[in-house]
Amino acid sequence: MKAFTYEKPASPAEAASAAARMPDAKFIAGGTNLLDLMKLQIETPAHLVDVNGLGLDTIAATQEGGLRIGALVRNTDLAADARVRTDYGVLSRALVSGASGQLRNKATTAGNLLQRTRCPYFYDTAQPCNKRQPGSGCAAIGGVSRQLGVIGTSEACIATYPGDMAVAMRVLDATVETVDAEGAARKIPVAEFHRLPGDTPQIETALKPGELITAVTLPKPVGGTQVYRKVRDRASYAFALVSVAAIVQRDGSARVAFGGMAPRPWRVEAAEAELAKGAKPAAERIFAGAKPTHDNAFKLKLAERTLDAVLTEARG
Amino acid sequence: MKFDTPAAQNPIDRLTVIGKATDRIDGPYKTTGTAPYAYDWHDPALKPAYGFVLGAGIAKGRIRSMDLSAAKAAPGVIAVVTAESAGQLGKGQYNTAPLLGGPEIAHYHQAVALVVAEGFEQARAAAALIKVDYDAAKGTFDLAAAKDSAKPAKIMKDPGDTAVGDFEAAYAKAPVRVEETYTTPDEAHAMMEPHASIASWEGDKVTLWTSNQMIDWSVGDVAKTLGMPKDKVRLISPFIGGGFGGKLFIRSDVILAALGAKAAGRPVKVALTRPLMFNNTVHRPATIQRIRIGANKDGTITAIGHESWSGNLPGGRPEAAVSQTRLLYAGANRMTATRLATLDLPEGNAMRAPGEAPGLMALEIAMDEVAERLGMDPVQLRMLNDTQVDPEKPDRPFSKRELIACLREGGERFSWSKRVATPGQVRDGRWRVGMGVAAAFRNNQLMTSGARIRLGPDGTVTVETDMTDIGTGTYTIIGQTAAEMMGVPLDKVTVRLGDSSFPVSSGSGGQWGANSSTSGVYAACMKLREAVVQKLGLPAADAVFADGEVRSGGKSVKLAQAASAGEIVVEDAIEFEGLAKKYQQSTFGAHFVEVGVDAATAEIRVRRMLAVCAAGRILNPKSARSQVIGAMTMGVGAALMEELAVDKTRGFFVNHDLAGYEVPVHADIPHQEVVFLDEVDPISSPMKAKGVGELGICGVGAAIANAVYNATGIRVRDYPITLDKLLERMPDAA
Amino acid sequence: MKHPGEFALNRRDLVAGASACTALTVMPLTARAEAPIADRAVKTPVSLTINGRRHDLELDTRTSLLDAVREHAHLTGSKKGCDHGQCGACTMIVGGRRINSCLTLAIMHQGDEITTIEGLGKPDALHPMQAAFIKHDGYQCGFCTPGQICSGVAVLDEIKAGIPSHVTADLTAASEVTASEIRERMSGNICRCGAYSNIVDAMTEVAGRRA
Repeated sequence: MKAFTYEKPASPAEAASAAARMPDAKFIAGGTNLLDLMKLQIETPAHLVDVNGLGLDTIAATQEGGLRIGALVRNTDLAADARVRTDYGVLSRALVSGASGQLRNKATTAGNLLQRTRCPYFYDTAQPCNKRQPGSGCAAIGGVSRQLGVIGTSEACIATYPGDMAVAMRVLDATVETVDAEGAARKIPVAEFHRLPGDTPQIETALKPGELITAVTLPKPVGGTQVYRKVRDRASYAFALVSVAAIVQRDGSARVAFGGMAPRPWRVEAAEAELAKGAKPAAERIFAGAKPTHDNAFKLKLAERTLDAVLTEARG
Repeated sequence: MKFDTPAAQNPIDRLTVIGKATDRIDGPYKTTGTAPYAYDWHDPALKPAYGFVLGAGIAKGRIRSMDLSAAKAAPGVIAVVTAESAGQLGKGQYNTAPLLGGPEIAHYHQAVALVVAEGFEQARAAAALIKVDYDAAKGTFDLAAAKDSAKPAKIMKDPGDTAVGDFEAAYAKAPVRVEETYTTPDEAHAMMEPHASIASWEGDKVTLWTSNQMIDWSVGDVAKTLGMPKDKVRLISPFIGGGFGGKLFIRSDVILAALGAKAAGRPVKVALTRPLMFNNTVHRPATIQRIRIGANKDGTITAIGHESWSGNLPGGRPEAAVSQTRLLYAGANRMTATRLATLDLPEGNAMRAPGEAPGLMALEIAMDEVAERLGMDPVQLRMLNDTQVDPEKPDRPFSKRELIACLREGGERFSWSKRVATPGQVRDGRWRVGMGVAAAFRNNQLMTSGARIRLGPDGTVTVETDMTDIGTGTYTIIGQTAAEMMGVPLDKVTVRLGDSSFPVSSGSGGQWGANSSTSGVYAACMKLREAVVQKLGLPAADAVFADGEVRSGGKSVKLAQAASAGEIVVEDAIEFEGLAKKYQQSTFGAHFVEVGVDAATAEIRVRRMLAVCAAGRILNPKSARSQVIGAMTMGVGAALMEELAVDKTRGFFVNHDLAGYEVPVHADIPHQEVVFLDEVDPISSPMKAKGVGELGICGVGAAIANAVYNATGIRVRDYPITLDKLLERMPDAA
Repeated sequence: MKHPGEFALNRRDLVAGASACTALTVMPLTARAEAPIADRAVKTPVSLTINGRRHDLELDTRTSLLDAVREHAHLTGSKKGCDHGQCGACTMIVGGRRINSCLTLAIMHQGDEITTIEGLGKPDALHPMQAAFIKHDGYQCGFCTPGQICSGVAVLDEIKAGIPSHVTADLTAASEVTASEIRERMSGNICRCGAYSNIVDAMTEVAGRRA
């Protein structure tokens, strides 16, 4: 871990400006992913801006009838919030399926959106990785790739986005709110928040340097039966091989997003009409153009079977 | 004390302390965070500096050059140790690869430098500033590809290959035959406490607080590696945060701590980081196993053959996966073969039940396959082929062998009769449910073990031995042994372990620790009893030590009185001679498992587990049971998730942390039942005990594999059994 | 057993005298004019309240809460099993919540109430959870045990507080102390010795006693 200076500003604008002022600055919230990566010198900030004092830790109703979740709301608190449990069950379920109780007590809403891939080659600084060191190559292609992506990947990178919360937020059509160094706020639909790797896998989100996430908003509740199903070898405390977030309405219409398959939560709205016909035609459409490796080709079958189980469960 | 004839009645048989379920005497310290593990020592006088290990970034080749300038100039840095600066180093008798690499690199993450700094954070940051220019060489990393180049290899002192009768002919003639190939992956010990050491020099003497299972071996290997006399090395290791074989031998932490402390001119503490451990240290090597079993239609095995291939660095040993097949089942015609390929992966070595653990994972699936082909119950098949003698040397009986009783008792308790033999028939909601069984088998190894006993004027007894407690409950059983022998309550006994200044013990490994070390304490206590009666002037013949008194010849004297003029100190060791040659000594068990396999996703979850063990006298049923459930838990890991994923091009274990290398968590483990059969084995030792800590893992994996087959009808022969291996063949979920 | 006394070196009180520093540790922002940050050690005063007692320490900004407590406050009960949030051996209760102390900076915990295993009980005055672990043999090597116990204490509070888990059947109902809930919630604490089944028994007993 490289040495860094540290400050703890009192307002979002101050924080954004501090990050812009200092070279190689990073925001730190829960720290559960950032410090993990700093210990391995995968992240090497020279200055940390602690955003825990910004007052962004509340959940409030929006005028539109939805919820505004402060960027610093801990995963535990978000999952336990009565409104989330009642109206956004898929989000609560996704949160409690992730990590461990200890990590959820620290991890924040914004930090969870920004968590980086678990590709083992990304984590090993002796190995080439285009995400960690642009241009160095990708050791995962042709290497061990059971956990890695099958769709949305590129010649440069086959890493997945590893989280659960964002998969649920994707089916909930959440919006990410930010403020930049100049104090300008903007709203980014969660669908556009995570980028596909293309030739620049090091750029993972739509955030500009120094831009700070202040909140995530959820539209008003859509009802339906909400399911989050996470498939993994170990029964708990493991990243998803495949996960499915689903909201199924009484009329049979549904929306689904997948985790563990791609560099971002994977949802294909255009394919959702197929869900009425069943998991197989829908999965074929959702994963059309997939490029699995020898190690992870099973994920396509697994995703289809998991989707089938989720739809069956939700439709009772 | 020599142990060369079966034990007669002795004071242990009183069973007033021994054999009672007893809370661990070290429990209050372990549960309050006051038990000092290697990295925890805080002698204010030590003021240790912090060492951080840099591992090699290639699997094989040479270091062309190292640029240490930035690291040396970094804040707080006191010294940087490399192979070049360390000068000539020896290699420990028990090490395969040198612990400090350079210029030759033997494996990935082999240590190439230690940075010593004032602060841990400084040492870690400076290590990242070292620039190493490597000349990478091509290596061999794929066991399957190297299989044909494998050579015959011995299993320790025993032959690697054995043959009895005419296996090939008998197998060819057998009306029922099974021939299959099974694979087990490389596995990591992944003990919770990373390898760690603090080194402090005083002149030419070094004291090392470390975490090690075998104190005396390791004193010898530290001395050998550093080129110094053994009596100048002191190892202290009273608490060990798990070892499972991974701490049998010294690793880079202890050598680098010593070298770092020398270079820095002050004490240095070093812990291996978790991401370094998987490639820097040792692992259980992967195996490819071919098993052929021929049987008559009545189920009698007529031919049994087991061949195993594994790989290791040059000079390394094979994984002895055929061991149990020599002894577990009858069969007139038999063969085993052991082949070893050269691989450039990290060093393979002993992990909990080396040989038997992976060997039974294969053999006990094969037995299930034979049973199925015969249309016979798999419990029945195993009972039918029981043998009371070593099948390769029929004049050698087993000292005790209660396999049939284990299977019978287990079958009853587990309601095995409710199992539906035809696979894929039982459903419970979203789960396909199946039951599996496997035999457990592990040899009873015996080691010379010494102890020193002190009787204080206050009547307290102190035991000192370099024995280690790696979670096995050794503090407690040694305390129980001394209490039983001297007739004092357990709270009057103090146990001191894990210090090389104490008498040499068996150490902890190969499930020999409990039986051997308590026998050593027994021997020393016998000597102390003699000294006491002599001191008290009592006749020795009928002396009874009980209730803090010595009773003899109608007299009763306080034990403490014997030491009234000063502490009595005696020392002795147990040495096992002869009986192991005359008798085959092994431990037996039966594992029963019920699994659920998710009908849609093929996720496998264990629902019920039972182990029935016959392993001699159980010294402390509470900690022995914990040993068995712990081993069963590790067996679940081996069956369902544990695999060091090999990058076959780059030559290393890719999933080198605890997020990537998954071991079971709480949610993976159901309530576990353990039953110990009432067995005493006077041929084993004066304690009449045997080991049990490794027996518990032996066979678990196969019982799970067989249960998965019973649930789904899908036979997976490549461990771990993960859902991707089932998915293609899974029936529709509905 | 007597405490392995000669090994139990005195935890000499290294806590410095009272320091008035409770202010936010805002680092000088003039760093750019000086040597690059990475080439300097950045030290800062940090005041931690551990088990009810204040420790005024001078720490490298990089020091994790775990290392601050272990290496600087010399409370070594909390263990470093992985240093990456993958094992739970370092679990402490901070502000009433259990966290992985390895994945947070000491500097971020100025003024927080930190409870470690040493704060729950002592060998001669055990916390009920510590006593239950001994009774049910909920440990073997003991290395993960402080983390298991801290987590165990916090888990029962989490269930009481109605925080849901992955196995909570009904998100809108109150949580209950069941074996399945304990197993799921304790899954962030790895025990390689495999004492899980016994830990569930220990926690169940403590939960029952409380109820």
